[in-house]
Amino acid sequence: MEIKKGIGVSPGVVVCTAIVLDAEDLVIPKRQVDATQVPFEIDRFHQAIAKSISQLTDQREEVSAKYGKEIGGIFGVHLGLLGDKTIVNQVLLEIRERHATAEYAVSTVMRKYANAFLAMADKYMSDRVKDIYDIERRVLHNLIGQKHEGLNHLTQDVVVIAHDMLPSQTASLDRRHVRGFATDAGGRTSHTAIVARAMGIPAVVGLGNITSEVSGGDTVIIDGNRGVVIVNPDADQLAEHVEYQKKLIILDRQLQELANLPGKTLDGHVICMQANIESPEDVTDALTKGAEGIGLYRTEFLYLTRETEPTEEDHYEAYVDVLQRNGGRPMVIRTLDLGADKYTQQQLQNPERNPFLGDRSIRMCLHDIPMFKRQLRAIMRASVHGDVRIMFPMISTLMELRQARMVLNDVMEDLEDEGHPFRREIPVGMMIEVPSAAIMADQFAKEVNFFSIGTNDLVQYTLAVDRTNEKVAGLFCPAHPAVLKLVRDVIRTGQRNNISVSVCGEMAGEPLYTLLLLGLGLTTFSMNGPDIPEVKKIIRSTTYEHAKQVARKVMSFDSERQVMHFLREETRKIIPEAF
Amino acid sequence: MQFVDIANQFQSEVTVHKGGDEPGDADGKSVMQMIILAAVEGTPLQIEANGEDADAAVQKLAELVEGKFGEED
Repeated sequence: MEIKKGIGVSPGVVVCTAIVLDAEDLVIPKRQVDATQVPFEIDRFHQAIAKSISQLTDQREEVSAKYGKEIGGIFGVHLGLLGDKTIVNQVLLEIRERHATAEYAVSTVMRKYANAFLAMADKYMSDRVKDIYDIERRVLHNLIGQKHEGLNHLTQDVVVIAHDMLPSQTASLDRRHVRGFATDAGGRTSHTAIVARAMGIPAVVGLGNITSEVSGGDTVIIDGNRGVVIVNPDADQLAEHVEYQKKLIILDRQLQELANLPGKTLDGHVICMQANIESPEDVTDALTKGAEGIGLYRTEFLYLTRETEPTEEDHYEAYVDVLQRNGGRPMVIRTLDLGADKYTQQQLQNPERNPFLGDRSIRMCLHDIPMFKRQLRAIMRASVHGDVRIMFPMISTLMELRQARMVLNDVMEDLEDEGHPFRREIPVGMMIEVPSAAIMADQFAKEVNFFSIGTNDLVQYTLAVDRTNEKVAGLFCPAHPAVLKLVRDVIRTGQRNNISVSVCGEMAGEPLYTLLLLGLGLTTFSMNGPDIPEVKKIIRSTTYEHAKQVARKVMSFDSERQVMHFLREETRKIIPEAF
Repeated sequence: MQFVDIANQFQSEVTVHKGGDEPGDADGKSVMQMIILAAVEGTPLQIEANGEDADAAVQKLAELVEGKFGEED
């Protein structure tokens, strides 16, 4: 039994079997074989070792010939470990005594040694753990061969343990069977966190070395509310968590009853509750949670889920799919917002030194007009099938907005020439997520139909904090008075210019900020589907007048701590169980 | 891993006893056990061998260790 503390980034509690992902997506399920199968497993293990040794011997010769004996010697260590009788005997013991599969036996024994290495004080020694991982991977590859178990066809419910989920991995997840995430790295706004919240499953990140603590097949409790992961829990802990899980389900059910009620305050002020989605499948979930439309359709997944850039048809089909599921409700499509992410940077020949200030998002699109046009054409063609709106991300100067609009006009002319129907007066909006855009909102308001405040980036750029860097992530706080001033001013600017303003960043889905945003005059909240009921409950339990008072008080504070403390107190009065 | 390679050339069982702050024993023929023993430079070691060629084994291995694993060549 092992209790690990991390950062809870998506609420809920789950007790489930674990699968552990390494960088190559190898999944080792805990499986036992029949006693009669034991000799067969032992044979497989010996064959895999023999194959690994012959591969390594070849590699050693090749490398020694090329780079000299010194470098080739590295493989000597691996060879020594592979033939090591201590390791071999322990693996054989696991197979013989516990009837483990060869894969599971290898993985269990190697994890044990990896932990012993990591525990060594000597830096040189603890670094040797990489050799262990390397050997483990090689043997497993040889064992599994073509029988590669991917994440895309799971047969039972699992929780995923990984170093950090890559967008390409989460994109290929078999979502029906994934019940939770726990990762070594990451913060509140990491990709894992965002995906988990969108899926409505618990996640704990920043656990340090959970991947080496857990073997596939272990039972794991992931408590996303308290930020705790328990590996191989004892009976008491299991019972306690199953009870807790039940309580949360009841609370969830109570919130669910709100789904079909309007987001209206006690004094009749109406708020529009929309959902952020990543893929067409998210729409159905969002609607059952009470979404009144899609406030942010992130189109990046179209790019991340395939090897090559999506074609116009790929875009078009996805958009029409969302529109059909969405049943006439409004849908805001955000144009491609990639560039600073790990995925894109890895593809570049020269990764950028400062990607978040680099060629990302709308800038990248304006540098690749043909790609940008493919997406815009698909959006315009889809515009005749429902209430489609376009939103440009990361706009920082008026010129960018005008250029983007010009490209859109070109696309409309082309479509007209080709005889494709489209909706010419499609609403065009922009994200406010760069401080320069927030400060100049008054100018922008005259050239767009709506604003949507992306608080994640706005916080990162205003406070100069990389939210994925665990050392400074603590400085990342939407409650910082500087951020709040920008948010307030943008909402006011929108009101003055009579254009709608929404918040589609994480702030909109956090109950802590609901009273404040309501009081600042925000009329559209867009968040992950699973967050809607709780936010709606707060809105329905207060008055607009009261929220305005709360907002006024908050704007008088000079530190984020005061802001958060006060908001927590006020919110607790409405939903005591919220925090 | 030279140590383990040489130890494996003998019939005898080879055990390495480590002194110092964190004493421990390891099978001299197992790379893994030797690594886990974590004997860094300057750790006092005792080499024990049991078997027909025990004397030769101890002598050869002691030479290796005293010669600092040929690192000064």
